Parts: sequence; structure tokens; C-alpha cells
Amino acid sequence: MLGLNSKDTKFLLIVIFLTLATPILLQPFPEGSGMAQFNAGYPDLMQRFAIYGIFAIGFNILFGLTGYLSFGHAAFLGIGSYSVVWMYKLLDYNVIWGLPLAIITSGIFALAIGFISLRRSGIYFSILTLAFAQMSFALAYSVLTPLTNGETGLQVYRSDKQVLLGATEPTSPHFFGIVMRENFWEPSVGNWQFTFNNGYYFCAIIAILAFYLSLRIFRSPFGMMLRAIKSNQQRMNYTGLNSRPYTLAAFVISGMYAGLAGGLLASMDPLAGAERMQWTASGEVVLMTILGGAGTLLGPVLGAGFIKYFENIFSKINDNVLHTWFGFLPDGIEDFMVTIVHPFVGKGWHLTLGLLFMAVVIFLPGGLVELGQRVGRLFRRRDINSADAEAKAAKQRANTPAE
Amino acid sequence: MGILEVKGVNKRFGGLQALGNVNLSVTENTVHAIIGPNGAGKSTLLNCLVGKLIPDTGSVMFDGQSVLGRKPHEINQMGISRVFQTPEIFGDLTVMENVMIPCFAKRDGSFRLHAFESVPNEKELVEKAEQILIDVNMIDQRNQHAASMSRGDKRRLEMAMCLVQEPRLLLLDEPTAGMARADTNNTIDLLKEIKAKRDITMAIIEHDMHVVFSLAERITVLAQGTPLVEDTPENIKGHPKVQEAYLGQAHG
Repeated sequence: MLGLNSKDTKFLLIVIFLTLATPILLQPFPEGSGMAQFNAGYPDLMQRFAIYGIFAIGFNILFGLTGYLSFGHAAFLGIGSYSVVWMYKLLDYNVIWGLPLAIITSGIFALAIGFISLRRSGIYFSILTLAFAQMSFALAYSVLTPLTNGETGLQVYRSDKQVLLGATEPTSPHFFGIVMRENFWEPSVGNWQFTFNNGYYFCAIIAILAFYLSLRIFRSPFGMMLRAIKSNQQRMNYTGLNSRPYTLAAFVISGMYAGLAGGLLASMDPLAGAERMQWTASGEVVLMTILGGAGTLLGPVLGAGFIKYFENIFSKINDNVLHTWFGFLPDGIEDFMVTIVHPFVGKGWHLTLGLLFMAVVIFLPGGLVELGQRVGRLFRRRDINSADAEAKAAKQRANTPAE
Repeated sequence: MGILEVKGVNKRFGGLQALGNVNLSVTENTVHAIIGPNGAGKSTLLNCLVGKLIPDTGSVMFDGQSVLGRKPHEINQMGISRVFQTPEIFGDLTVMENVMIPCFAKRDGSFRLHAFESVPNEKELVEKAEQILIDVNMIDQRNQHAASMSRGDKRRLEMAMCLVQEPRLLLLDEPTAGMARADTNNTIDLLKEIKAKRDITMAIIEHDMHVVFSLAERITVLAQGTPLVEDTPENIKGHPKVQEAYLGQAHG
């Protein structure tokens, strides 16, 4: 189906199901219970999962397949956001104008930056991309203020023309009248509260398309060439293949993914700031990809989800919450436990994430996906063992003469 | 006129004259060996042929066209394939993928953005790749990761990757370097078989005289960057200059 073999089709269907069921799956704890703060099924966070998932999927096409580690992909994220907000300012709040423009402009920027950066490989390539991204950040922050509105960030003002804006049109981002920040269904089952948000489903559908596209690229001759570049560039050249256009194409494709992700960020919240281009944002997508598993299809999405979950959920656990957790302990021990746990949660969520990242890199070089595979293999082996034992037992029974 | 014509090639590395006025002519459909002691300039010559190095002066013509100034992938597209001293293969890919890549390169040229086709759907190329794997006796390993194979198998795979492109000239840089005697003999048999099956010109750079005399139809002896003699294997064996060059090295 859709140009995929049966195994990939099944895989895609599972991913589609998980994506569409996210508002339910991420809301496992009833409202009002002590665990409710671990629920992640609220629109803002789910949108981030989908958007950063797209960002990481695109980054993985470059880093996972060719091994070229770009430290400047946040620049494309920012360019995408600015494109979309400019379309709000000039035309109207319909995201249909901005998103294609975000993909095109980031593609053009990626072509230019990639053309220069890809003259080098390894650490020099990384440094070149980092330099370009920091340059874009600095320009957006200062010199290009007329285009980017500098420190304040680009946003829509009342004085903006918005030539296509109709009288009845919503005054926040929408897709032909479907307003992103509105929820279309808020059912509650018992104590469980679910939110089905327009914006999330808009991002989710685009994320599924982005995932499908990356799946096709992974299975295509082009994807095989990219893996060949990572494996042995010398042999690649002596086989009559020019590796430069291949890496450049991968760079542009991943830049377009980043631009799309940036555009979607501005589609959920009509604001674009220069800090979106800063190197920390570029580093974040590298972490996501490695944490989840570089070069695997699902890994980057898992990594993106993991990091965004930590950023939004772990950071909310403050000392008050800790005191309620450890409240059952005697006072002295309670304070002691809170002191110990304190640096790892709340503002210290980076510490937990850092330790987790170190553990993954050291023990699971293939990322979270490798963890999944190992666990899967463990279960399968157990199945085989038990099947073996049964077969042996059956054989023995057959060999025992009837009495 | 040979398929490969090297005329008056000089190459200096700083103060060292690596190649001095090298002339070489390789006739189509022959096996031409280039031998010589260490430091004779064999590898430098080979690197000049494939575009890795550019000679200071002289010309290198392949089939009437100059290869000088062309990049390695362009030279390969002209019909020259190269086997390296240590096998260069795509270690992270499977054996089948390793052979599919040269098939694509042969059909689609040095770049094509075929991002939405699927590899198994290219029936014609798959058949071609499978056939070459049968030829080199590796079809059972088709789904194995190339990096996990033995050195001898890697060598055979690399040759399969070169041969599937149907090159007009195959350059072999010490194809049996570091191999056990049994593996060396297998490689000789494989090369003989290849030669018997198809029209192909081979230029072999080799240290091992056993390999050279079992395969070559013409031999060029290089010493200190210049060709000493070029002749048939029978004549080379008894040639006083060759004996001098090799014995001299053995005594020194």
C-alpha cells in the first residue's frame, strides 16, 4: 500500500493510530489524583510533541542517514516562523499562505548554507553550520529588526494591513476557519478529562505526512545512497557517484522539514522570536535524535517527545509537590528526601535529562529504539525457550512407552 | 594504440621525484601487471590514473580522452573501476545493497534524486546484482552486513561491485596483499574466471610474483619512478635489469 511493503505499511498504521490517539494515551491519570500532574494530554504540549517530532524526523534524514552533524538547524526553524508571521501581517490569519512559504524560504536558505558548509565534513561542517545559525540569530536580533522586530519578536499589530482579512474571519491562526487554539471535543469519562484540539490534529496530520515521506526516503535508492555516504565516501566516489549533490539534497530536505516545524510553531502561537534560532535550539534537536536513536525511523520522534515531556512536566515539580509526595515520612527524613530529590526536578530537570542522555549514549548507542528492540528480543527469546521446552516435553512423552 | 596511454608523466612530492617520465600503454583485453620494489612509484602511478593525484606534466588518455583534471567519480563513469589495497566497501550496508549501489551509478550517472522509488522494485538491477553475486559465489550472504565478513569475502565483494559496472578497465591495487596463500590462489582463480567470461582490460599492481606470473600477459617493471622494461612474463623472468632491481633490493 502507498508504495510500501506490508511490514512498513503495518508500521505506518501503528504510528498513525498512536498519533491520532495521543490525546487519550497521554492522559492516563484521573483528574484530581496525585499523579494528574504527569498527564501530558493538554493541547499546548501535544502540539509541541508533533512539531518537534517533525523537526527531528527531518534532522534525522541528514544526520541519521549521511552522518553529517549539523549544529545549525534552528536557523531554519526561525526562518519558518518568521515566514508564517509575515503572511499573517500581510495577508490574513489563514496558515495556508504561510506554511508553503516557510518550506520554500527555509529550503532556499538551506541550499545556500549547505552549498558552502558541505565543502567540509566532520567537525568542520558542524562548526560551519553553527556559525551560520549564530549569524542568523545575531542578525535577526539586531540588524534585521525591520524584518524580525528584534528582541520583541515578530507579531501581528492592529496597524498591520492584512489585505485578505474578512469581516467574520477569526483573529487568530486558523486553517480555512478551523481555529487552531480551539478544542472540537472535550469529553470527560468518569474523572478522566480529554481534550481534542484543532491545532494538535492539524499538526498531527502534517506530522504523519512528514513521517510517511521520511519512510519513503529511507526505503528509496536515494536513502540507500545517503547511508552509503555515511559508510564509505571514498568507495562512493570511486563507484562513479558524486556525493556532494546527495548530501546537499539531504541538507535541503531536512532544512525544509525544520522550516515546516518552525512554521507550525507560529501557526499554533502567532509569534516568532529570534531566540528560536539560538544554538541551544539546534543542540536540542541533536539531543532528540541521538536520545531516540539516530538513523532509525521512530527514534527521533520518541526523543523529541521525551525531551519535551521532561521540559514541561518535570519542570513543574517544585518543593511543595515534593513535600506532598514524601509527606508520609517522619519530618526529618521528609526534608532530607526533598533536599535530595530537589536538584533533579523543577528547575533542575536539565540534570535529570543530562544523566539520562549520558546513560543512553553509554549503554544504548542505538538510543531508546535499541532499548525497545532489546526488550522485544528478550521476550521473543523467552517465547522460543518456552516453546522449545514444550516441544521437548512432547517428544519425551512420545518416546515414553505407554504403560 | 592501447586503451590506456600514459605519456611522459612526472610527479614530484617536494624534493622526491615519485614518477619520472613514465610511459605506459595498456592494450585492450589484456592483463597488464605493473611491478616494482617498494617506493618504485606504483601506487602514485595508479592514483594519477584514477584522479586522486594530478601529474605535474604528461598526459593520461583513456580510450582517446584525457582523464587529467577529472574527479574520481567522473573517471569511473568513463569506465574505469578500482579495487583498493584494503577492500573499500560499504560496511554498514548489506552485501546486496553494496552491489546495488554500483548498479544505480551505472544506470543513473553520478547523481539522481530518486527519493520515492523503492529499491526492490528495480527488478532489472536486482537481477543484475544477484547474477554478479552468483558469479562470485556470494549469493548466500546477500543479506549479511558487509562489515562482518572475512577479509577474503570483502575482497570478492569489492570485485563484484567493480565488475557489476562492466568497466572497460579494472585497476587492481595489490589485490592479494595480506592474504593467506589459499586466499591468494582463490583470488587468482577468481580473476582468471572473470577474464575468461568477459571482455575486460585489467591493470594489476602487485608485489607477489606468484600472482603476477599466473595472471599477467604483459609486465611493466618500475624502479625509482621510471619504467625499466616492458615485456612478456617469460622474458621478464630472465631479464638482467629486473633481477638487478629486485636482487639489489633483497640484498640492501
